[in-house]
Amino acid sequence: MELYFFLFFAVVAVASSVAMILQRNPIYCVLLLIMVMISIAGLYLMLDAQFVAIIQVVVYAGAIMVLFLFVIMLLNLSREEGGAFRIQKPLAVLLTVLLFLPVAAMVMSYAGGGTTPSADGGQTGFGEVEQIGSLLFTKYLLPVEIAAVLLLIAIVGAVVLTRKGTVSVDD
Amino acid sequence: MTDTFSYVWLIPLLPLLGAFINVFCNRNPRVSGMIACAAVAVSFLLVLAVFFQLIGLPAGERSVDVVVYSWITAGTFAVDVAFLIDPLSTVMMLVVTGVGLLIHVYSIGYMGKDTCCVRYFSYLNLFMFAMLILVMGNNFLLMFVGWEGVGLCSYLLIGFWCERQSAANAGMKAFVVNRIGDFAFILGLLLIFLYAGSLTYADVFATDPAVLAPVITAITLLLFIGAMGKSAQVPLHVWLPDAMEGPTPVSALIHAATMVTAGVYMVARCHALFVQSATAMTVVAVIGAVTAIFAAYIALTQYDIKRVLAYSTVSQLGYMFLACGVGYFTAGIFHLVTHAFFKALLFMGAGSVIHALEHALEDGRDPQDLRNMGGLGGLMPVTYKSMLLATLAIAGIAPFAGFFSKDLILLGAFVNAPVLWVVGLATAVMTAFYMFRLLFMTFGGKTRLNAQEREKVHESSRVMVIPLVLLAILSTVGGFIGIPHVLADGMDRFGGFLAPVFSGLPEAPVPSSSVELTLMVLTLLLAGAGIWGAYAVYIRGNAVLDRLVPSALYTLSLRKFYVDEIYEALIVGPLRKIAWGFWRIVDTAIIDGGLTLAALTVRGLGNVIRYTQTGVVQNYALIMVIGALAVFAYLTGYLGP
Amino acid sequence: MIPVTYYLILSAALFLVGATGVLVRRNAIIVLMSIELMLNGANLSFVAFARQFGMADGHIYVFLVITVAAAEVAIGLALVILLFRNRGTVNIDEVRSLRW
Repeated sequence: MELYFFLFFAVVAVASSVAMILQRNPIYCVLLLIMVMISIAGLYLMLDAQFVAIIQVVVYAGAIMVLFLFVIMLLNLSREEGGAFRIQKPLAVLLTVLLFLPVAAMVMSYAGGGTTPSADGGQTGFGEVEQIGSLLFTKYLLPVEIAAVLLLIAIVGAVVLTRKGTVSVDD
Repeated sequence: MTDTFSYVWLIPLLPLLGAFINVFCNRNPRVSGMIACAAVAVSFLLVLAVFFQLIGLPAGERSVDVVVYSWITAGTFAVDVAFLIDPLSTVMMLVVTGVGLLIHVYSIGYMGKDTCCVRYFSYLNLFMFAMLILVMGNNFLLMFVGWEGVGLCSYLLIGFWCERQSAANAGMKAFVVNRIGDFAFILGLLLIFLYAGSLTYADVFATDPAVLAPVITAITLLLFIGAMGKSAQVPLHVWLPDAMEGPTPVSALIHAATMVTAGVYMVARCHALFVQSATAMTVVAVIGAVTAIFAAYIALTQYDIKRVLAYSTVSQLGYMFLACGVGYFTAGIFHLVTHAFFKALLFMGAGSVIHALEHALEDGRDPQDLRNMGGLGGLMPVTYKSMLLATLAIAGIAPFAGFFSKDLILLGAFVNAPVLWVVGLATAVMTAFYMFRLLFMTFGGKTRLNAQEREKVHESSRVMVIPLVLLAILSTVGGFIGIPHVLADGMDRFGGFLAPVFSGLPEAPVPSSSVELTLMVLTLLLAGAGIWGAYAVYIRGNAVLDRLVPSALYTLSLRKFYVDEIYEALIVGPLRKIAWGFWRIVDTAIIDGGLTLAALTVRGLGNVIRYTQTGVVQNYALIMVIGALAVFAYLTGYLGP
Repeated sequence: MIPVTYYLILSAALFLVGATGVLVRRNAIIVLMSIELMLNGANLSFVAFARQFGMADGHIYVFLVITVAAAEVAIGLALVILLFRNRGTVNIDEVRSLRW
C-alpha cells in the first residue's frame, strides 16, 4: 500500500516537473510547479515530516508560487520565442540524462541503503512541531537568527531594486 | 705608551667614513672637500703614530699582525680581516696618506668650481680606503679586495667627466685592460691556496719551497701579470695614457703616485715567492726594462703634457720592476717613494698650468698641448720652480730624490744583468731629454700666447700652490733617506728600515766602491747630456729636429708604436664583430624572437578561446554541468581510479 | 517500507529535471522556477535521510532552505522586473553584454 502511494506521488512529481519545463505558457508552468510541490508534500508526510509538509504547502506552494504568478501577470508575458543557440537544448538534455546515470549508480550502491525504519521504530513525536520548535530555538538558534536577517535583507533589497528611478541601467 | 696598533683599523676606515658622509649626508660642494681632507689628514696622523711606534721596536720585531675580525671560515679556508704592520706596509701607508693628503688639498683648489665635486671627493676618499686596504692587508684576499677597489675607483675617476665620450671610453678601457691582469691575479691566488693551503702572507711565505716548486713559476708569473695590468707594463700599458682623461689630481694620485705602484708593492711583498723562480725574476726584469725604454721612447715626441707624464710614469714603473727583477726590492720601493713625490708634483704642476690656460686660451685651443704653451715661467713662478725641482729629480741629477733611487736600480742592474743596465742607462738619457723638453716647451722659450691671453694667465691659488711647494721640498731632500754607503757610511736609513722585510734574500754581490762611483758619474753625465740635448733643440732651436721628423723612428714614437691600432685590429675589432653577431643573432633573433613568438602564441590562443565567453548565462551553466559530470564520472570510477 | 534509495533517486530525478529547465528555458522567470525545483529535489533527500537516521535536524535544514529560497525569489523577481523595465524583455539570452 505504502509503495503505491510513493509511486503515485513520485510519478505525479516527475511528470509535472517534466511538463513544466516543456510548457511554453508561464502560467501553466507555475501551476505545474505547484503540483510538484504538493506531491512532494505528500512524500514528506509519508516520511513522518508533518511540519515540513505543512510549510511546503503554505510557504512554497502558497506564498512563493503566488509571487511568481503576480510577477508573470504584472509583466503580461507572452509565450517565449525560439532561442539563438540551437545546440544548447539537445546538448543540455543529453548531459543531464548522462549525469543522472552515475548519480543513480552511486545511490544504488549506497551501503546504508536499507529500508527506512517505520515511525513506530523511531521516537514518538518525530517530525512534529514540538520537536522542530525546540530544535529551532535551542541547537539552531543562531542559523534561525541569520535566516531572519537574510529575509530582512531580501525585503530591503527587493524594495530598493524595484523602486522607480533609483536603479537604472543605461543601455 | 699607548698601543696605536690596536687602532690601526681606523686608518682605512676614516676615508671610507668620509666617502659615506659625502655621499649620503652632504650636498654642499664647499664642505665636501673639507670632509675628505679631514678624513685623510686624521688617517695620515694615525699612520705617523704607527710609524713612530714601529721604529720604537727592536728591528727584529717590526712585523705586527692586527686581526680585526674573522672574515671567512669555510672548512680549511679561513681568512681574517687583519692588517700587517711592517716596514714595507708602513712605507706604503705613509706614501699613500701623505701624498694623498697633499693631493686632496690640491683638489679643493682644482675641483672646487666643478658642479660635481661632492661626487669627486667621495670617489677620492673611497679610493684612499681601497688603497689602504690593499697595502695594509695581511693576506692575499684582502689585498685583492683593495686591488679591485682601486680599480673601480680608477674607473670611476677616469670617467669622472662622463659626459665626454672620450672620458667614458678611457674609463672603460682602463677597466677592461685591468680585468686581464686581475683575472691572472686571481688565478695566481687560487694556485697559492691550492698548494700552500692558506692565503695569509706569513703562512704562504713560510711554506716549504719544495711544496710550491712545481707551480712556483706559474704562481709568480700569474701574480706578475696582475701587476702588469695594474702598473701598466708592456703590453698592458695602453690604458694609462688614456687614463689622462680624468681630472689632473686624479692622474697625480692614482695614475702616478699610488695605484699604479700597487703592482710594485705586490711584487715586493711576494719577494719570497718571486726569488724561488729564476724564470719569473728574469721575466720581471726584462718586462720592466723593456717597458722603461719603450715608454720613454714614446714620451720623446708626445705633445699632450699629461701624456708625456703618463708615458714617463709607465717608464719609471718599468724601472721599479727592473729593480725587483734583479733582486733589488729595496731599490724598487725606494724609487716608488721618490717617484711618488716628484711625479705627483709634476702632475700637479701640469694641472696648475692647464688650470691657468683653460681660462686664458681663446678660440678653443687645447690647454694640454705643449705647442700652445711656452714662456710661462715668468707668469707662474712657483709652479715653474717646483716643476723644475721635480724635473731635476726625475732626470736623476744629484742630489735630488730621483738620483739616489735610480742610481741604486742601475747599480743592481749592472751587477746582475749588464744588458738591462745598458737599457736602463739609455732610458735615463731619454728621461732627462723628454722631461726637460716638457719643461722648456712649457716654461721656457718664447710665449705662444697673445697679449690678451697673457693677461689672464696667473699663478694658481694658495691652496694649490702649498702642496706643490711641500712636494717640491720632498722631491729635493727625499733622497737623503737612502744615501748609499759609498757616499756616506751608515746613512742608508731607508734600506736599514726595510731590511727586516727583505732579510731572507740571498746576499747580492757588492761591486767595489770605485766601480760604484764610476757608475754614478756616468749616470750623471748621461743625464746631463740628455738635458743639454733638450736645451739645444728646444731653447736654442737646433735644426736636428726638423731633419728627424720625417723619419720612421720619429713616426713610430709619435704613433706610440701603433700599439692601440694593433690591438684594435687583432683583438678589439674581432671581439666587436663577435659581439655584434651575438647581439643580432643570439639576442635579437633567438632570444627576443622566442619571447615574441611565445607572446604571439598566447595572444593567438586567447583570440580563439575568448569566444567561449559568450555572455549567455546558460552556456556557463552548461559548462558547470559538464564539470559535474566529470566529477561524478571520476567518483564512480569511469574516469581514473 | 520504501527503501531510502527510492527517495534518493526521485530526488536526483527532480534535481536534474530542474537543471535541464535552467539550461534550456529562456524565460528568466521559468529559470527561477526551475531553480526552485532543484531546491525541492535536494530537500527531499534531506527529509529522507532525516527519517532514515531518526534525526529531525534534516527538517531544520529544509526549513532553512525554504527561507533562503524565499529570499532568493524575492531578489530574483525584483531583478526580473528591473530587467523588463530596462530591456523590455525577460529572455536571458538577449542579455549578453558581458562577453568577449
